[in-house]
Amino acid sequence: MTNTAVDATASAARPASPRLATRRLPRWTPAAVAGGSIVVAVAIGAGADLHSHIQWGLIALLLFVGGSYAITARVEGRRQAKDRVATSLIWSAFILAVLPLYSLIETTIKQGAGVINGTFLTHSMKNVLTIEPGGGIYHAIIGTIEQVAIAAAIATPIGILTAVYLVEYGRGWLAKVVTFFVDVMTGIPSIVAGLFILSLWFILLDKAPQSGFAGSLALAILMTPIVVRSTEEMLKLVPNELREASFALGVPKWRTITKVVVPTAIGGITTGVMLALARIAGESAPVALLIYGAQYINNNPFKGPQESLPYYIYQQYVDGNPASYARAWGAALVLIAFVMILNLVARLIARWKAPQHSGR
Amino acid sequence: MAKRIDVSGLSAYYGSHKAIDDISMTVEPGSVTAFIGPSGCGKSTFLRTLNRMHEVTPGGRVEGKVMLDDENLYGSGVDPVTVRRTVGMVFQRPNPFPTMSIYDNVAAGLRLNGIRRKGELDTIVEKSLKGANLWNEVKDRLNKPGSGLSGGQQQRLCIARAIAVEPEVLLMDEPCSALDPISTLAIEDLIGELKERFTIVIVTHNMQQAARVSERTAFFNLAAVGQPGKLIEIDDTERIFANPSVQATEDYISGRFG
Repeated sequence: MTNTAVDATASAARPASPRLATRRLPRWTPAAVAGGSIVVAVAIGAGADLHSHIQWGLIALLLFVGGSYAITARVEGRRQAKDRVATSLIWSAFILAVLPLYSLIETTIKQGAGVINGTFLTHSMKNVLTIEPGGGIYHAIIGTIEQVAIAAAIATPIGILTAVYLVEYGRGWLAKVVTFFVDVMTGIPSIVAGLFILSLWFILLDKAPQSGFAGSLALAILMTPIVVRSTEEMLKLVPNELREASFALGVPKWRTITKVVVPTAIGGITTGVMLALARIAGESAPVALLIYGAQYINNNPFKGPQESLPYYIYQQYVDGNPASYARAWGAALVLIAFVMILNLVARLIARWKAPQHSGR
Repeated sequence: MAKRIDVSGLSAYYGSHKAIDDISMTVEPGSVTAFIGPSGCGKSTFLRTLNRMHEVTPGGRVEGKVMLDDENLYGSGVDPVTVRRTVGMVFQRPNPFPTMSIYDNVAAGLRLNGIRRKGELDTIVEKSLKGANLWNEVKDRLNKPGSGLSGGQQQRLCIARAIAVEPEVLLMDEPCSALDPISTLAIEDLIGELKERFTIVIVTHNMQQAARVSERTAFFNLAAVGQPGKLIEIDDTERIFANPSVQATEDYISGRFG
């Protein structure tokens, strides 16, 4: 008898225990809540006469997060509600991060696309009055490419060899010191790198540098620590088993490094170098100090003033008239495109060079 | 070809920690010797001292003598790189070089040691892959990445890579522990064939495997966690499994402890 009583209570309690399927909100709910909160926020903003559209956006954001929590908590439960809030916060953060980037690219394209044409890309500013339209950025493109290439030719081997030392050989105090100074170098302001090369020139040659090469040296100082850091991380990712496999075949350490370790990491190393290139391609401060910004084409980076894209943008902006503003935007667009292409190339190389894995 | 290994008074350290203590044993040429024992008793460490791989680990240090026929591996003026060409090794987890094709993986040891003539390489690669019972499975895709093979094939690829440099001793550190029974059988058959050309030392946790493949078995144990591992006994495999002379060996083999 007692058994049946227990069974009875158990079966009575069973329907109350949580079921596997619970009430769900339809899939379009987040979009609907987002739309609703934007409408309400616009109404509040217009009604309260708030001028700043950023305030409108913030109100919409708060409404969206609060609204989705309230609705989900009512229908689906508190755990799901928290999940929704976390998801909405991450999406909002993503939009907040992308908006300025989007706005920047949009503005640059809107302002700069108009001036870009064949003449702009193939002519210098020689014999062009700054208040007139016309002229171009050919000399700046040449300068940027040469300076960045020389900087890369200096910084890449130094950076990769340093990273190889740190990962494969570095033990004890010397490795610690090198790591410390690489960290310090990462934080050097670019203008300081420029000043360093400037003073080096005065100390060694007793004159101002006035060449693209001097700018390259400053850029190399900025690039080296980035290359070291990224290469180091990539080399650390190479499994130790591969090194041991190679040692066990009687392969000397240096061949293990050049034939096994570095090839395994080469995709990541190349990406790192390309990203470092993209970073220094936009530097203007050291360039302003060292290369002097010529208005004409100078193909020789070792002699005479050169131009570079970032510095060209600055000069045109300082000239301060509609024609030069337009040229500055155009040059900015070209610079952004240049950096983006470098990034894309880096990704392609990384994908192409990555160790082949089967679908197993 | 195959050489005798004669170890006397060998101790290995990781920094200040002594991992194995005063081991002496003889490994007969052209035979298979199995090392068994609980985890952490120093079997793998001892194996790695036999081709000077132990000192690759930071802080790794060895005392004692390992005679390969009449040469001490730890004698002065001995180059660890040369030692490793003579004493090859196969690891627990298959580790083919991920950037290289099947062909290049097998040729790696030769090429990295300076043999470059295409014809000679072709011959050795084919011979090694045949020696590792892998040739028929991969002969049509030698230029595909080695990482595309199954686990058992990868391990046989690693064995082919190890025997391609023609070592005289082959060390195997639990070569089947990551493999299924069929691949394990393939590797065990292979060990049986290889022992005619090489002296083979194999570490295994699988007692049946030790009984199946080896002529001699060494039992390692440690007194307590943190104590160095010791060689308890080494004898003919049949004797170790049927009638060991030390009680601890019998307890371990029959699954009784303490």
